[in-house]
Amino acid sequence: MTEMHFSGTGASSGLHVGQAIIVGIIDGNVREKLGPEDEKSALQTAINAAIASTVNLMATLGGGEADILGIQNELLSDDVLTEPVWPQIEAGISAHDAWHSAMDIEIAGYLASQDEYFRARSTDLIDIRDRVSAHLLGGPKQLALAGGEIIIAHDLAPSLFMAIDWSHGGGIILGAGSTTSHVAMLARAKSIPMVIGVGDIWKDLQGAILMDGGQGSIIVNPSSETTTLLSAEIKVQSSSHAREILAKGDRAITADGVKISVMLNIASLDDIASIDAKACDGVGLTRTEFFVRDGILHEDVQFGRYVALLKWAKGRPVTIRTIDAGGDKPLEGYVSPSETNPFLGQRGIRLSLLHLDIFKTQLRALLRAAAFGPLKIMLPMVTRPLDVEDARAAVNAVKLELLNTGVPYGECELGMMVEVPAVALCPQIFDVDFYSIGSNDLTQYATAASRDNGRVADYADTSHPGVIAMIEHVANYGNLTGKPVSICGDAGSNPRLIHTLLKAGIRTLSVPPAALLSTKAVIRSLNLTDRI
Amino acid sequence: MSAVMASAQITNEIGLHARPSVKLTQLAKKFSAKLEVATSQEGPWVDAKSPVKIMRLKAVQGETLFFRAKGNDATDALGELAALVSRKFDEA
Repeated sequence: MTEMHFSGTGASSGLHVGQAIIVGIIDGNVREKLGPEDEKSALQTAINAAIASTVNLMATLGGGEADILGIQNELLSDDVLTEPVWPQIEAGISAHDAWHSAMDIEIAGYLASQDEYFRARSTDLIDIRDRVSAHLLGGPKQLALAGGEIIIAHDLAPSLFMAIDWSHGGGIILGAGSTTSHVAMLARAKSIPMVIGVGDIWKDLQGAILMDGGQGSIIVNPSSETTTLLSAEIKVQSSSHAREILAKGDRAITADGVKISVMLNIASLDDIASIDAKACDGVGLTRTEFFVRDGILHEDVQFGRYVALLKWAKGRPVTIRTIDAGGDKPLEGYVSPSETNPFLGQRGIRLSLLHLDIFKTQLRALLRAAAFGPLKIMLPMVTRPLDVEDARAAVNAVKLELLNTGVPYGECELGMMVEVPAVALCPQIFDVDFYSIGSNDLTQYATAASRDNGRVADYADTSHPGVIAMIEHVANYGNLTGKPVSICGDAGSNPRLIHTLLKAGIRTLSVPPAALLSTKAVIRSLNLTDRI
Repeated sequence: MSAVMASAQITNEIGLHARPSVKLTQLAKKFSAKLEVATSQEGPWVDAKSPVKIMRLKAVQGETLFFRAKGNDATDALGELAALVSRKFDEA
């Protein structure tokens, strides 16, 4: 077989050789495509399961809701609905894709109707489509991987990335995707090579693949010469990477002597497993929606992990952001599934204040852990002063509970993310101890270019003078008042932006572990007194 | 055995919507006869026992539904189906 070369956009650097494994995705669930007969029976099983579960649900509902489900079941039980699906599956289309394309045609028929009642029926069909899909994908589950495979998909939800065991390495190639999506950030944090935006050819990728996540290139069926040539490079890369991280790391001081704090963004304890805390100035961002994903209801699970993080940091400050779900980070039973524009919907602190019990569970764990070291609590997606006031009231209520029951706790600074443009222009109206600029969200909101849409990736540009002006405004306010201002988005580790950010007055960068040393190297090469 | 036919005008406000379609097909399924529906005497005729096909007709208020039946209980079936349409599908 001859080598075939494809290219996309590099989203997480690194070279990797592995076997392709294609996954079909809905909200983090996956299944592998089987032969036509198995695909047909999988779809029939899913349809039967969807009907059965609806019947159970109807028993617990009454009146109108049960009626609607009853109607949906009538449609689902009608063989006419599935008629066009079977020949497609026989032609080699996956059960998931065949089902979706048939249903989408049916749905389009209703959407095209002149009559609003019939147009509205499309939602029932969408509901049916998605319910069968969910059964087809069989609920959230772990992908059975031997290790080192390259995950091939149209797009990948962050929850799926978290469900995969990456301890043996691996890679990701996506048909769609964006370099600023959360899954790309997670891949960079774990040093998993990732190429996005390869287009429809993702469906045809199979066999051995060599990928270069930095260049965005893919070689299918690499020749033995290519592999030998590159595997030597892979070895050098991975060992030098490990050496670099383990090393104490040089200080981050610009060529003209300005000290910059470089902190880490982390999503799990694995991220820091091979790093000596001496190499950084602390943790600037802990993404608890991933860090304690399996323990959002369990105070003790959270407490244990927060304490572990503080112990690792050996007295360096650890900033822990409260659960930032919503947007492109779904969390079942927590995030509303039906928002048309989730990035502008209930996410971050907005959801926390809605789920006050879960928020207080987290605050209890955080305050208890704060007895073990300097822990800072950071609130995501703050928009109004009231958001901070409500959060502070919750913190105070939890402190009182702890005090009254004699449970030891520590004092925490309370800070906020700056992601909303309206906030960046008036940081002074918020009663907080520190600010951290989420440059990815600030950029997508300020440039009106969605971070999960690769087609507008060129527009979502943090170096836009309007975005930099906002960052500068917050930095100036921080320097004036002595309140710390950091950057915890991708901009902080982007070699092309670090100079601009420091010039704008930023003195603390929080970066993925994999970018720690390169960020420091860039800082050492810069001269802030330069006048260009 | 030749086909028998009947017709009824849709008078309920929302027409042959989801719930009426399901009522119609559920009633049709009680009969062994081959039952078909159309919105014109010339067809196209669709299976009266398939809710998906009935809904695809997207028949609205004021349209006439034509029924065609073949089988043992064809006449009874047509009578009941036409009556259901005339009763506005028992919708409130």
